[in-house]
Amino acid sequence: MGDRAKSLRNTIVLIAGLLVFWQLMYAVIGEVAMRSPWQTMRYTVTLVETDFFWVHLTNTLQAFAVALVLSVVLGLLIGFALGLHRLSAEAMEPMLVALYSIPKITLYPIILLAFGLGMSAKIAFGAIHGIIPVALFTLNAVRSTKPILVKTGRVLKLSPPAMVRSILFPAAVPEIFTGLRVGFSLTLIGTVLGEMFAAQHGLGYLLMNAIGLYNVDVIMSVTFLLVVFAAGVNGILLAVDRRLHFRV
Amino acid sequence: MTSAHVALKGVTKRFPASAGGQAVHALGPIDLSIRQGEFFAVVGPSGCGKSTLLELIAGLTPASEGQIEFEGRAIENEIPDGIGVVFQEDACFPWLSVRENVEFGLRKAGVAPDEKARRVRDAIAMMGLGEFAPSYPAQLSGGMRQRVCIARTLVAKPRLLLLDEPFGALDQQTRLLMGDEVLRLWREIGATVFLITHALDEAAMLADRIAVMSARPGTVIDMVETHWPRERDSRIVEQESFGATTSRLWKTLREESMKTMGRSAAAT
Amino acid sequence: MRRVRLYQVGVIAGLLLLLEALCLAGVIDKITMPPPHRIAVDLVKLLLAGKLYPEIGKSLANVLLAFGLAYSTGIVTGTVLHGYRTARETLDPLFATYYAIPVFAFYPLFIVIFGLGDGPQVLIGFLLGVVAVIVTMLNGLDRVPRVLRKTASICRMGPFETAVHVTLPFCAPYLLTAAKLALAYAFIGVIGSEFIMARSGMGYEIGYAYTNFDNATMYPLIVLILLLSIVMNGVLTHWEKLLLARRGQR
Ligand SMILES: Nc1ncnc2c1ncn2[C@@H]1O[C@H](COP(=O)(O)OP(=O)(O)OP(=O)(O)O)[C@@H](O)[C@H]1O
Ligand SMILES: [Mg+2]
Repeated sequence: MGDRAKSLRNTIVLIAGLLVFWQLMYAVIGEVAMRSPWQTMRYTVTLVETDFFWVHLTNTLQAFAVALVLSVVLGLLIGFALGLHRLSAEAMEPMLVALYSIPKITLYPIILLAFGLGMSAKIAFGAIHGIIPVALFTLNAVRSTKPILVKTGRVLKLSPPAMVRSILFPAAVPEIFTGLRVGFSLTLIGTVLGEMFAAQHGLGYLLMNAIGLYNVDVIMSVTFLLVVFAAGVNGILLAVDRRLHFRV
Repeated sequence: MTSAHVALKGVTKRFPASAGGQAVHALGPIDLSIRQGEFFAVVGPSGCGKSTLLELIAGLTPASEGQIEFEGRAIENEIPDGIGVVFQEDACFPWLSVRENVEFGLRKAGVAPDEKARRVRDAIAMMGLGEFAPSYPAQLSGGMRQRVCIARTLVAKPRLLLLDEPFGALDQQTRLLMGDEVLRLWREIGATVFLITHALDEAAMLADRIAVMSARPGTVIDMVETHWPRERDSRIVEQESFGATTSRLWKTLREESMKTMGRSAAAT
Repeated sequence: MRRVRLYQVGVIAGLLLLLEALCLAGVIDKITMPPPHRIAVDLVKLLLAGKLYPEIGKSLANVLLAFGLAYSTGIVTGTVLHGYRTARETLDPLFATYYAIPVFAFYPLFIVIFGLGDGPQVLIGFLLGVVAVIVTMLNGLDRVPRVLRKTASICRMGPFETAVHVTLPFCAPYLLTAAKLALAYAFIGVIGSEFIMARSGMGYEIGYAYTNFDNATMYPLIVLILLLSIVMNGVLTHWEKLLLARRGQR
């Protein structure tokens, strides 16, 4: 209880601090490049009332949803398949780590060439960002299941599917969820990045377009919305994540 | 032999309440006077404040009330010179080899390089770690790591040696042999030894005097003199008075444990 | 260990051969992607010609600058922050959500503020990396066993000596992890910014080659960036493994 009150207080202090910082930056930099928090929120309200905003938003959400499903399904499959086989896990883990660390943004021209400008390109861009963390966390979670739990299962003569269902999966859930949380954030960033380079719809496109037209109001509002959405969902996922980890 | 090397007067320790918890009265009040060159042991139930007592004497944590003196000077939140500690937990530095770990104990001693090398070599040999000098702690067993920590403490030639369950990780045979080793060291370096243990036979075999502590908040409820000769080793377990001492310790502790268990049973 | 290496080589070779076969069979057409051996040849040619060295040099210099700034700032901030509990607890939610935030969205803002030079690119790379370094540093410092700090006290070491001889050596593996992260983010930040808006650099050249259907420049450059980041990451990982192995972890 005390913990929750404390984290609420911290969040409020932090948000207030960020708003003050924003206002200060605005005071220093001025109208040319920035809008104040208040102006941004007012413009955001106007923006949200327009139809074309909703077209872009639904487009982004669609792409993001498909990319997320792909990331999760493929990530889990790859993670489990490799994690259950010791040699594969040992050999592939460092390769996944290397893939995780490469600047995937450099791949965008290839994605464009392969998928063309549009929905599938940004879905692909979102998915390549999300699959690897999900796979990596799953692999490590499955691989590092406490040996004593596995032995218990063997003594109980569980079949391989039963082993996965009743021991490996439940034991790995907290770590897998962390992977899903990271995968969620990265898929979103990937999708938006994909829209910035490889699309003609979506919030990322809106942002890139506003950069081209130098429309500060739109830049500020779209950035603001993206940050609020990403931070909000991540906050919820983080809370679930903490609860799952506490259980162990 | 009669002057007090370490003296505690009305020492208590309370830990302030942390988030979601309440303040803990861990220890005291305790009065103690440990003689110069004495082998002093403390036994008591788990969680009664033994480690806390050791940290108070070492100056690692300030007392809430009371006074602690070492060699006639008050310890006030500063580590006094001439104290060596072997902690209950594994305190080897994992990034240093055995030799470097032991050298660490001489960082501040201001000893000449060849004297330093000689002392490090001797300490390592004394703990039977000679062939492991270039190894890293991860390559050693738990008991060997504990011996590295003992060697690291001994190179600095402390005048007061504080040992917190140093044999906790060892099996019974090795414990007895290590006990002999500590006795030999104690005679050799002439330091005052303050040994914490939960093994009653260990206390009865090694110490000149044994303080028995109550459950938390720990106070001294019995003080047993063993009257062993200075030249002694683990063979004294055959003697009748060894059995008598052990059973006296157990009787006191048993009553104490029964009391606390009865109390908690009544509470639930 | 040998089997693991064999496995890895097998996977990489298999993937390359598969790509090669798909390209040669025409399943992947030439405009989309030249066959891998062609890319390798182009890369060698590109490196021998040396025409793009200024661009490569500029991008790498910015990557290193962003890395250096993020790394040093992050370590100092992390170390200082570790001593201030309230400040740290207040910033915790920010750290936890930071990587969900698309930092690139701020790039236009930076261009307006700092102009279209290297500044905004380095700043993006720095901003991406610095929080990862801070968080890793805090994580490492949290794990220093209390008994090691106590041992330092018993050896009568002051705060500075304790940091140099006990805390930082203990955190060495974490320092390497932080370096890997800062490096990866520096690459992403700098190259990504060059894509969005820049007049030079590897990212710019890739974009330029893309619009001109110049696969003989684009693919080798992309592969070069990937190779550079993988090699640097690999060196740091190897070093990290050595440290951890000595400590009996993994
Ligand atoms: N830093 C601390 N903050 C709060 N409480 C503490 C702290 N350190 C110790 N305590 C409490 O003080 C009491 C005594 O702890 P201490 O470690 O001295 O016990 P001990 O006798 O050494 O136990 P053991 O035999 O298990 O080692 C315990 O109840 C413990 O919970
Ligand atoms: Mg203890």
